[in-house]
Amino acid sequence: MALGFTLAYLALIVLIPLTGLAWRSASLGWAGLWHVATDPRTLNALKISFGTAFVAALINVFFGVVVAWVLVRYRFPGRRIIDAIVDLPFALPTAVAGIALTSIYAKNGWIGRWLDPLGIKVAFTPIGITIALIFVGLPFVVRTVQPVMEEIRTEVEEAAATLGANRFQTITRVLLPGLQPAILTGFALAFARAVGEYGSVIFIAGNLPYVSEIAPLLIVIRLEEFDYAGATAIAAIMLLISFAMLFIINLIQAWSRRRYGYGT
Amino acid sequence: MVHDLSQTAAPAAATWHPATTESRGSRYVLIGITLVFLGLFLVLPLVSVFVEAFRKGPAEYFTALIEPDAQAAIRLTLLVAAIAVPLNLVFGVVAAWTIAKFEFKGKAFLTTLIDLPFSVSPVISGLVYVLLFSSHSLLGPWFKSHGIEILFAVPGIVLATVFVTFPFVARELIPLMQHQGTTDEEAALSLGANGWQTFWHVTLPNIKWGLLYGVLLCNARAMGEFGAVSVVSGHIRGLTNTMPLHVEILYNEYNFVAAFAVASLLALLALVTLILKSLLEMRYGAELRAAGGH
Amino acid sequence: MKNSRFSLTFAAALLTATIAVQPMSAAFADTTLLNVSYDPTREFYKDFNAAFAAKWKADTGETITIQSSHGGSGKQARAVIDGLDADVVTLALESDITAIAEATKKINPDWRTKYPHNAAPYTSTIVFLVRKGNPKGIKDWGDLIKDDVQVITPNPKTSGGARWNYLAAWAWAYGQYGGDEAKIKEYIATLFQHVPVLDTGARGSTTTFAQRELGDVLLAWENEAYLSLAEFGEDKFDIVVPPQSILAEPPVAVVDGNVDAKGTRKAAEAYLQYLYSEEGQTLAAKHFYRPAEPELVAPDLIKKLPELKLVKIDDPIFGGWAKAQPYHFGDGGTFDQIYKPKQ
Repeated sequence: MALGFTLAYLALIVLIPLTGLAWRSASLGWAGLWHVATDPRTLNALKISFGTAFVAALINVFFGVVVAWVLVRYRFPGRRIIDAIVDLPFALPTAVAGIALTSIYAKNGWIGRWLDPLGIKVAFTPIGITIALIFVGLPFVVRTVQPVMEEIRTEVEEAAATLGANRFQTITRVLLPGLQPAILTGFALAFARAVGEYGSVIFIAGNLPYVSEIAPLLIVIRLEEFDYAGATAIAAIMLLISFAMLFIINLIQAWSRRRYGYGT
Repeated sequence: MVHDLSQTAAPAAATWHPATTESRGSRYVLIGITLVFLGLFLVLPLVSVFVEAFRKGPAEYFTALIEPDAQAAIRLTLLVAAIAVPLNLVFGVVAAWTIAKFEFKGKAFLTTLIDLPFSVSPVISGLVYVLLFSSHSLLGPWFKSHGIEILFAVPGIVLATVFVTFPFVARELIPLMQHQGTTDEEAALSLGANGWQTFWHVTLPNIKWGLLYGVLLCNARAMGEFGAVSVVSGHIRGLTNTMPLHVEILYNEYNFVAAFAVASLLALLALVTLILKSLLEMRYGAELRAAGGH
Repeated sequence: MKNSRFSLTFAAALLTATIAVQPMSAAFADTTLLNVSYDPTREFYKDFNAAFAAKWKADTGETITIQSSHGGSGKQARAVIDGLDADVVTLALESDITAIAEATKKINPDWRTKYPHNAAPYTSTIVFLVRKGNPKGIKDWGDLIKDDVQVITPNPKTSGGARWNYLAAWAWAYGQYGGDEAKIKEYIATLFQHVPVLDTGARGSTTTFAQRELGDVLLAWENEAYLSLAEFGEDKFDIVVPPQSILAEPPVAVVDGNVDAKGTRKAAEAYLQYLYSEEGQTLAAKHFYRPAEPELVAPDLIKKLPELKLVKIDDPIFGGWAKAQPYHFGDGGTFDQIYKPKQ
């Protein structure tokens, strides 16, 4: 019954709208779809979107796990405030985040003015895109890993230590494998979210075709041309790739859960 | 406040530390990394929002917030969140329960479907509803002839928000429930509890914190969503403008102080809910942990 | 049983939604007009709406509420196509209104003849906004491709204003190179290599130029350039008017299908007609638009808008929007051709 409800709601909110999308892009036919997919402009935009999202998600996994660990395990002044701040990217409208980040990293901004003399340009380059995507994706990693970390019972660590493991071994052999599903999920979510991000990126990206033009912007451009089919085609391609990647990650996760015996 | 750096009191001798925590040095390094990273990526943008908002002093700041269009935007945002969050809360719990506690074919596929709205560009999440309900679609004219406005009205904004915030609760709960496994539930069931009782008395207390996180995130995102809502809103001042859209409008009118004032309100809203959550946790943490059985 | 509880929650939530929506629509009992417009007209229509509401009240005794929606011109046109119930549209490009007319049939095809001056009550042109004192010495379109000059313009694909920028540059190059299309394209391609950021809208570009201090020259609507001086300070920028530019005619139209359905035709037509009145033209001039009927306006209001040679979109070089739009800005148009990846 619970499964039935899940499926029904899922169908109503996600599947039916997305089917509309698929149906619309299918009106292009295979040849048309192929033409859109292999257009160098589209390919470049997809490369930029997926590339920057991937780098941002990797950075987020590393720092996200560290942040989660510090928040769960250590007590220090201001911890609760930090804990609260992690969710900021969810709450701040993405456009505001984009504007704030741009003003910080532009050459007359708080950080940009120090980087500019060194020849490092952040705003209006792919680095800027990556920074916006790190901002957008960070809470996904922290918030998926954190609750699982809180669940870890110290007895496990004590047992490992009793059996002669040093701290490094305990972390890498005992704790991390247990956290792996959550970390993977966090990565997948941060990545997936970053791929489609629009609001914050357009302010900081520069939006130059072939250089800093992200795929969602290309969708908007197609819409401005009243080319619904072209827009939905790019959207469908992005969706397919994202779905495939998420699916693979979820498979790995299911597999690792069986292997490490959690959830049985 | 406890100024000790670790939950387990670190012994005075620096050469030895218990195997369940890191050395003092590593702890400082990790905390340092956290502070610098969050400082650069989160705190600085946040501070800049407030600096911009108060650039012309508090009077301008509050004028921007009591302006009727801003008030209308705030009301609409609250209304949208009040509908979208409960819907996704119910769904999230049921979906996570289904996925974590039962074995069935196609589970990874289902999980991926739940994740999907994350990976859909906000522009597209808005567009799908335009495709469904626009005046040249299949459903649009039907609704219109029955006097129901969906697109460019509140229902469209709600739908887009539900779509965008759809996975939050479920995604927060799935890893947690998977990690907890089904032992507790099995015990309850073997002691004669029915499915509902098991869920209410065993599962729910176990997932309380994860659930709270999920709801808070869902709520924060629901209030802050820009891209998707922007596509379905129609941008009519005082009528279909949510707070993030109002921010954009003000920004585009070069009214930076007012734009950042409304934005700061969103940031503040999030910070306050999260601090409340922390206080709750501090006050009732011990009881809840005991009730949770861990 | 569990199921019914869930559907109950769902139904309750929907109910809440419906109830909450009710008072919002009920709040507007008298006539309400929705004007769907583009970005740079925000300030103008804010004043104009108030003026018209007062006039309507005086003439008919009715209270009228005018809502306006602003955004990128193409995006706004799309919203109307998708069902946004606009009574009138006042957009940046003729092609955007034509697109609505063609896609929805809600605007009669002869809309351009319904009001004087091709249904454009005010016009504007494209000028250069430069930093104070014009340190790079930018006087004409040719100066934009000097080595150390950075040009800020929005993306012609997403911004109506940027299309005028593009066409103005094209028109200059057309005269410069005697209509040799290869040379014109080379000039335009070089010009866009001098553009470090392509914002999606005119307002975004202004912010990039004024707030982020990026670039040496902003290609802008004349009215936007004057507004920037007012907003960001006269001491920061100068306006340079090139010897030749383009005549931008932002058109207006009644959305016939919508006003007939809502019964607002009388008010909507009066609203647009009022744009051509002395008050309407004066307000347009106050907001730095060029009034279509300057004789109605106090001369000192328009004396700061200088005479210059203005190319028209209907001139043979462009052949009207119906031809220029797909030729330059369609998928694979000249803009796509000149914008090739740098190797």
